[in-house]
Amino acid sequence: MKQKQSKGDRIFTILNTLFMLVLVIITAYPMYHVLCASFSNNTELVANPGLAFWPKGFTTGAYRLAFQHPLILSGFKNSILILIFALPLNMLLTLFAAYFMASKNLMFKKVIVFVMMFTMFFGGGLIPMYLNQRSLGLYNNLAALIIPGALSMFNAIICKTAIENLPDSLSESAYIDGANDIVVLFRIIAPLIMPTIAVVLLYYAVGHWNNWFHASIFIEDNKLLPIQNILRSLLIMNQDALGGGELSGNGDRFDSYTETIKYAAIIITTVPILCIYPFLQRFFVKGITIGAVKG
Amino acid sequence: MAKQRLPKTPVSVASIGKAIMKDYKRNKFKYLIVLPVIIYLLIFAYKPMYGVIIAFQHYKPFLGIDGSKWVGFDNFIAFFNDVYFFRLLKNTFSISLLSILFGFPAPIFLALLLNEIKNARFKRVVQTISYMPYFISIVVVCGLIKAFSQTDGVFNDIIFALGGERSNLLSVKENFYPIYILSGIWQSIGWDSIIYLAALAGIDQEQYEAARVDGAGRLKQMLYITLPGLLPTITVLFILRMGGVLNVGYEKILLLYQPLTYEVADVISTYVFRKGIVEANYSFSTAVGLFNSVVNIFFLMVTNKLSKKLNHTSLF
Repeated sequence: MKQKQSKGDRIFTILNTLFMLVLVIITAYPMYHVLCASFSNNTELVANPGLAFWPKGFTTGAYRLAFQHPLILSGFKNSILILIFALPLNMLLTLFAAYFMASKNLMFKKVIVFVMMFTMFFGGGLIPMYLNQRSLGLYNNLAALIIPGALSMFNAIICKTAIENLPDSLSESAYIDGANDIVVLFRIIAPLIMPTIAVVLLYYAVGHWNNWFHASIFIEDNKLLPIQNILRSLLIMNQDALGGGELSGNGDRFDSYTETIKYAAIIITTVPILCIYPFLQRFFVKGITIGAVKG
Repeated sequence: MAKQRLPKTPVSVASIGKAIMKDYKRNKFKYLIVLPVIIYLLIFAYKPMYGVIIAFQHYKPFLGIDGSKWVGFDNFIAFFNDVYFFRLLKNTFSISLLSILFGFPAPIFLALLLNEIKNARFKRVVQTISYMPYFISIVVVCGLIKAFSQTDGVFNDIIFALGGERSNLLSVKENFYPIYILSGIWQSIGWDSIIYLAALAGIDQEQYEAARVDGAGRLKQMLYITLPGLLPTITVLFILRMGGVLNVGYEKILLLYQPLTYEVADVISTYVFRKGIVEANYSFSTAVGLFNSVVNIFFLMVTNKLSKKLNHTSLF
């Protein structure tokens, strides 16, 4: 009896390990394919765009051209500008909201927290949001992509829970030393919840970096489009015009990299994020659990 | 932080005023800190909520909300009589329910299997890789789907190797749901499993010992200990998921659909987008969006009630 079971267990272990290996391959292959394609020779890739396990021919030309492509460059610049201005604003509002929600003995806490939480469950929807933003002049400028998404209550709740897990005595002793809440928040609490702040920053950064929809409805000027919208033109709408003569002025060179430049663009926009998240991975669990339990 | 409670009785205007003054004195910096948050929410969350009332108007931007004509439920009636109404409803429910049917159990399944991996390093590597697609932008995911679906693309190479016919997968309407749902699972299975793995870590290990003593194999332990241990988490997430039953996101569909697949791919949210943003038919599209929200709330309530009755877990 005992032997038979351990045999069954062994088979299960083997199948399970195999399943995980298949999962890993299915998950990782697409990005590997992109990597191979980005180093391939354009003509060979166009002739045979299917399954590949190594580059078809080898050239780094697509990358060199991607870094000269005017719209890829301006897209990059815009996306980075958005991050530079949005992330501090995100963190400031998030910490403010979190600190307030974590405070005790406040007369109006319940009402104010309700006002904040309500927005997680109800919203105006796409069109009222669009009209509101246009009426505020947040249209066809980068501020349109920075200010409206400045606070995610979900992230604020993650930070709030981290603050609540700190001992009260920390802030109490600071009050005795004459510090006010602003000092306590930035000098004492924020440094202590750095891992949480890092994860929340990652969520915001990924959100901004990967966002294409808002720019597609609020930005008219090609020069102001963030990188995802440039990728969309290249990948989804198949606008060779982006690489072709009109916009770049040196069409011939781009024409010989029509396909590979797309893959190079994917790599240079996606790899930075894929390099960061594994370092914060061990903090994900906490954040997600808290976020879901809040109800 | 000061400890004394605010006086509750007797209640008089003077004592309330006094309490407010005291509260203000003690907590003024906290209220100062929350002020920007409230201002932000008023402008970017509550003002659009107020803006929903244009669903009951014939809204004209130059007249504004105050100047536009009220039309009652006309926009809703127009939507219910719309030639696309049933198609939109059918597509939205189909995509959503199929996503729930296949997408909801997938991360649970993965978490259960990951939990059985005893080699900690292997497990961590698998987890790290499984999170990766979550960080890839939807534009890139859809771009890859498009490239892989070409007649001579990756998917067709696999189909051909398995003995199938080559075709342009994305322009065949029967393929739209499988592509949409499988790519969705691909992108989120790892990330969504995190919460279940966290719940698994909380299951009492002694139960497993006892089961082993009783001769239960790993499969039985999984069925009789692990799965029941996950049930509360599963229930809560299921209720939340049902509350978004009509929330089929427009982003992926806008990137993937094409005139050949509109018939199965056009959903309420993409219709709102086209009517509202593209055609500037503001009142009508707001009404469609509001209808969507109301249906969602209804499903949230129903699922919550059912779950309260069936297994005593509920959100509210």
